[in-house]
Order: sequence, then structure tokens, then C-alpha cells
Amino acid sequence: MNTPEKKHPLQKLMDNPWLLLALGVAIPALSYSVWGWIELVLVKPATLP
Amino acid sequence: MNASNPNPPLWKRICDTTGLPVCRDAEFFIKLNAVCAVVFLLVGGLAAIALALTRWQAVHLLPVEWFYRTLTLHGLNMLIFWILFFEVAILYFACTTLLNARLFSRKVAWASFGMMLVGSLMVDGIILVGQADVMMTSYLPLLAHPLFYLGIILVAVGTLTGVFNFFATLWQAKKQRTYEGSVSLVVFGATAAAIIAVVTLLHGAVVMIPTFLHSLGLIAQPDPAWYRLIWWGLGHQSQQVNVCAMVSCWYLIGSITTGAKPLNETVCRGAFVLYILFINIASAHHLLVDPGVGSSWKIWNTSYAMYLAVLASMIHGFTVPASIEVAMRAKGYTKGLFGWLTNAPWRNPAFAGSFLSMCIFGFIGGITGVTLGTQQINIIAHNTLRITGHFHSTVVGGTSLAFMALTYYVVPLLFRKDFVFRPLARIQPYLFAGGIVLVSLGMSFAGSLGVARRSWDIEATGSVHGPSAHLFLAVLGLGGIVAFAALLLFILLTVGTLLFGESNVGRPMADWGTPKTLSTATGHGHGAAAPALAPGAEPAHDTRGTLVLALVFLACFAVYYFANWKALADVWPVR
Amino acid sequence: MSIHSPDADWFKAPTGHERLWIGLAVGWCVVLSLMMPYWHFKGRQNSSGESYRTTPDQFKARVERFSEANAPGTKGNFEEGINSEVPAPPGDIYLIAKQYFWYPILKLRAGETYRLHMSSADFQHGFSLQPMNMNFQVIPGYDHVLTLTPTAPGIYPIVCNEFCGVGHHTMVGKIIVE
Repeated sequence: MNTPEKKHPLQKLMDNPWLLLALGVAIPALSYSVWGWIELVLVKPATLP
Repeated sequence: MNASNPNPPLWKRICDTTGLPVCRDAEFFIKLNAVCAVVFLLVGGLAAIALALTRWQAVHLLPVEWFYRTLTLHGLNMLIFWILFFEVAILYFACTTLLNARLFSRKVAWASFGMMLVGSLMVDGIILVGQADVMMTSYLPLLAHPLFYLGIILVAVGTLTGVFNFFATLWQAKKQRTYEGSVSLVVFGATAAAIIAVVTLLHGAVVMIPTFLHSLGLIAQPDPAWYRLIWWGLGHQSQQVNVCAMVSCWYLIGSITTGAKPLNETVCRGAFVLYILFINIASAHHLLVDPGVGSSWKIWNTSYAMYLAVLASMIHGFTVPASIEVAMRAKGYTKGLFGWLTNAPWRNPAFAGSFLSMCIFGFIGGITGVTLGTQQINIIAHNTLRITGHFHSTVVGGTSLAFMALTYYVVPLLFRKDFVFRPLARIQPYLFAGGIVLVSLGMSFAGSLGVARRSWDIEATGSVHGPSAHLFLAVLGLGGIVAFAALLLFILLTVGTLLFGESNVGRPMADWGTPKTLSTATGHGHGAAAPALAPGAEPAHDTRGTLVLALVFLACFAVYYFANWKALADVWPVR
Repeated sequence: MSIHSPDADWFKAPTGHERLWIGLAVGWCVVLSLMMPYWHFKGRQNSSGESYRTTPDQFKARVERFSEANAPGTKGNFEEGINSEVPAPPGDIYLIAKQYFWYPILKLRAGETYRLHMSSADFQHGFSLQPMNMNFQVIPGYDHVLTLTPTAPGIYPIVCNEFCGVGHHTMVGKIIVE
């Protein structure tokens, strides 16, 4: 029985698939994809000394 | 159809064995997806044996074009189609039966299935006619026929549609209050898998749509390094979906076969949360020796943000056997450290498959994965057979074996037929596990000698790797034969059961063997050397046996890990 | 059972062996995550991904100039895949990958440090130096720079370990160290 009494924030997170979905998409998108993409865009032109 | 259940709503039936509600819509699509999964497994398996017998250089079965073509076929059928179809089935099961809920939509399920099937057939067809010899990764500038990319897009969108159906069912079940409190752990694990699938499939769309347009000649070629970055957001993360689904299977099977329940729900769920949040950034493992991305990006992402996802696996690897240990001890199997393990239902193919899956995934797959995925150590592993050695022990020895194990319950419970040739079914998991361990070790050792993955002939370049490489390739070939035999056996058993199995409608399924509660059971007692049980002044959870196993695991891990640093320190300095 | 909803008060801290194991696992993960930064600063083998944007044509021209400057008059010819030995002074040296060969054959000296620029003229390739088994990715459009110090004399084959077409397994180059 789910009583409205105070729930630990972590338990709230675990009971909320939508929040988990949002975080689960956002973290890899930022940490891996967007950061990686920026790294590639910032590659400087070669001088080939 | 069950007489013992008064007035069940038309949309569901009550399982004769477990008493659980089964949504008929979900049941239909679970069957459909599972059957397709097994068909693609067979295609991938036929490709696998041909490949293993080609890399075993003494046999060298396939001609060169067909080797690379078959390799492309093998990768996509095994890593994508078999796994995704089975996962959609697991998701539909978790969100209906375990929540006492009805599947959100038949139409959506049909759309999902249709797109996945058409897409997979399109991909397999275009590969077999020789228009897509690009490997599963299809790294640009290699270019396949547009239908290849379109097929993958259809599979990705179809799976995403199935995942949508899962989330919609979750939402509906919550709204209609079909369950109370928090969802069960298996549902939670399935949710983790679904979330990761969303991340995966979004990356798939981002990378495949421009590549498809390029293959049609509509846009310029996307940057090859960008392609690698985003493609691995699809390729690696799809395997993390497997990890979640597999771990859920471990919990599920532990629960069905021994009555195990999680020691601590918070710990198990917390570990899944760590997967959701951090496991996906490990796609960086594939770009560790790439140009374009720098050290900070590589180190941060490859560490899964401080190895938090590895922590999660180490937790699951402990809690699953620990929960089994507690359940077995409670039944009275308390002798010594490992009495609970030796008396476990090893003749039950689901239990055996699941436990072997756990061992192979942890001891071989996990240890090699973390080590090879260490930024610097990857220098002595990238694109060698060490990598394939790693993922055959995770995806095949881990996930595929766990899915096979689950099938030993799926068929009797959903298709309602008892297995034929039951003694053969009992040895199938052992045979498959043994074969795949040989495959994996053969690959890993050959890779340590520098043998490249995806290469038709290591002699074409002169005898670079020496005779021992051939020995290990032969081990790979022999293991392939054993694993393929076990795979065929699995398919014959399941298909044979569907066709000729005895119906179990109206009665519980034939028992595979579950441990009986001993008369000496005290709940939580433990035996010393003497057979008599010590009176129960024990802590709530006695998991000494699992702790010892876990410490052995940690010791193996540390030895392998530091041995690899030593091997790295011996090569040329490079920066 | 993990297939049923847990009791309402399921949220609690781990205890006993489970708590001990989580502690050990966290400790091990800390070791794992410190090893990479440690090796980045103190270790001698790193893949820092130093790279610059180039084009196949630009890189091809630079390799040919490099080859001509260091091995004048030899009959090396990149377009036809005719390889020649190029004795290279320490500093910037060049290697290009193409279906199905590596060009040129580099002649290095043990103990000297080189900046090896690698790129591809067509598809992605894998630089796999044997028998040390050192592997790096070669991507068209990227000048991938390895700062590298050969340690012992010998003849070291370069195997291609990224699938690049039907002749992929025949693609082998060479680094000679004196």
C-alpha cells in the first residue's frame, strides 16, 4: 500500500519511470554524444609539418 | 479457459501453473515475437558455424566474399534481430502479467512487429544478394545498398514502437491501479531495459537516416568519425539493453526455480538505476584508440562515470546468487559453505542456464570487458579477436543463454505445451555454455597474439602470429561446433515441442525440478561440519557461500586487470 | 518474489554480507577509475587521440613529399601501391593506408622518438603493429598523430584490422627498426 507519507527522494526516483527515462536519455546524450560531437567539431585543420 | 477461475475477464486468463494473470493480447504478441526471435537465431547460428569453421584455418570453409558477407549476416541477426525480438517479448510479458494489466494496444503491437519483421527481412535479403558487404557496423565510407539502411531504420523504429507500447501499458496500469505500491523488481529491470532501448534507438535514427539519404545520393557523406561516434550509441547500447533484460531473467528464473527473493529491493533497484544513468556512456569503449576525441572524453566516458555501471553489475552478480543461497538455506540446504549450491536444481535447464549465464557473464565477460575497455589497455586489444572473445561471453554466454533458459518456461507457460525430449533439454544449457566458453577463450587468446577480428585469412600476411594462433583458432572452431550443436538442439526442442508437445492446458506444467523443502528446514539455520543443525541464532541473511564466490571473482578480476597493465607497459611508448 | 510488488517499506539500507560486498565493490571501482588518469600522467603508453582535420588528397601529397625527400630516386609509387623503404629522421613521419596496402615502408631507429602521422586515402583502416599488438584506428579525413618510440630493432608488420573490403586480410605493411 502506497501511503502518501514522506518517501525518500531516491525511492521517489525509483518509482518514477518517466523521470528515469528523462535522466537516462539526457546523461548519455550529453556526456557521450554531445560532448563527443563537440570534440569532433573542434578538431583543428592539419598543418602536416 | 480455466474452469477453476470464476468469471475471468475476457482479455486475460489465469495461468494454470503460477496462478498469474496472462493478458491474451500480450500472450499472442509474446509468442509471435519469440518465434521470430528463434528463427533469426537459427539464421545467425547457421552463419556462426560457417564463420567458426572458416576462421579455423585448417578447415577454412567459406570463400572470401562469402566470409565477409556471412559475417555481416551473423552480426545483425544475432546482435540485433534475435535479441530485439526476444526483448520485445520480455517487455510485453513484464508490463502485463506482472502488473495484472492489459496490453495497451494491439494495433501498436502489430505496427511494431510488422516494421521489425519487414526491416529484418530487408536487411537479410540485401546482404544475401551481396549488396551490403559492409559488416554489421557499416563504417562509412563503406556503403551498402539503401535498402540495408532502410531495413535497419525500420527495425529500430519498430522496436521503438514496441517500447512505446510497453511504456503506455505501464502508464495505463498505474492509472487503472492494477497493482499496489511499487512495481516488482523484474518489471523494474524491464523498465531499465526499455529506457536504454530508447537511448539506443534514438542514436540509431540519428546515424542511420543521414546515412540512408547519403546512400540514395541525396546528401553528402557524413563524417566517418561522427558516424562511429553515433553508430556506437546504437551498437554498444543495444547490448546494454541485453544486460538489463538478462539480469531481469536471472532474478525471474531464480525466483521461479528456487523461490528466491531479493535480499534488499533498494540495492537491486539502485543497481538498475546505475545502469540507466551510466551504462550507456560506455559506448566510448569503441573509440578509445580513435582520432578526433581526446583523452578527457575517452577516460570519463569509458569509466562509465567512475565505474558506476560496473558497480551495478558487481551488485547484481552478488545479489542474484545470494538470494538463491538464502532461499535454499531456508529450505534446509544448510550444509557447509556450498551445500545450498550443490543441492540447487542443476537438472532444471532454466536454473542451470541462468546460473551458467551468470558465471560466464561475470567471470569471462565482465572481467575482460572492464579490462579491455580501460582506455590505455585498449591499445593492446582494439579490433583484435580479444574483443569478440569478450562479447561472445557477454552476449552469447550471458544474454542468449539466459534467454534460452527462460524459454524452458515460456514455452510450457505461454504455448501451454510440455517439452519433448526432456533429458536432452536438461543437458542443452551445459553443452551450449561449454561450447561458447571454448569459442570465447579461443578468440581471446588468439587476439592476445594479435590476430585481428574480421579477417578471412591470417596467413595471407605471412606468418605474423605464429603457430599458437592456429591452435587457438582451432579451439574457436571446435567450440563453435559444440555451441552450434547445442543451438540446433535448442531449436529442435522448442520447435518439436510447439509441434508435438503434450498440451498442459488445465493443469500445471510438467515440473523441471525445484528443490523441496527439507524436514530439517528451520528457515535460516546453518549446518557446521555436523549434520545436525545449529539452533538458529543466525543473522537474517546467511550468504557466506556467495560472499566467498564473490571474493574469488574479485581476486580473478584484479589479477587479470593488473596483468594487462603489465602487458601494456611492455610495448613501445606511445602518446 | 521478484515477480511481485515488494512490501511497502522496501526502501532500506543494505546489511550484513551484502553491505560488505558493496563496500568492497565500491573500493575496487575507485581503484579502476583512478588507474586511467594515473596512467595518463605517469604511464608511457597512452592513446590521447591527437588529431587534425585533413583530406585524402592533402595527406597523400604530404606522404609523397615525405617519401621523395627521404628516399630520393627510389621507385616507390603510391598510386600503384609500389612500396619503398624510407629511412626517416626523428620528428614528423607519415604513413597512409589504402585498399590494400600501407605506404611507405618506414625505416626507424630504436630509441628515437617519432611523430607518426597516419591517415587513409579511402576507407577506414586499422593500424595493428605486430608482434607487440599495438592497435590504432585510421579514419579518412583525420590526421591521427602518434608520438612513438621504437624500443628494439626488428621488422614489424602492420596488419590492417579494420574491415576495408574484400582484400582486407591481404593488407600488410612494415616498419623496420634498426
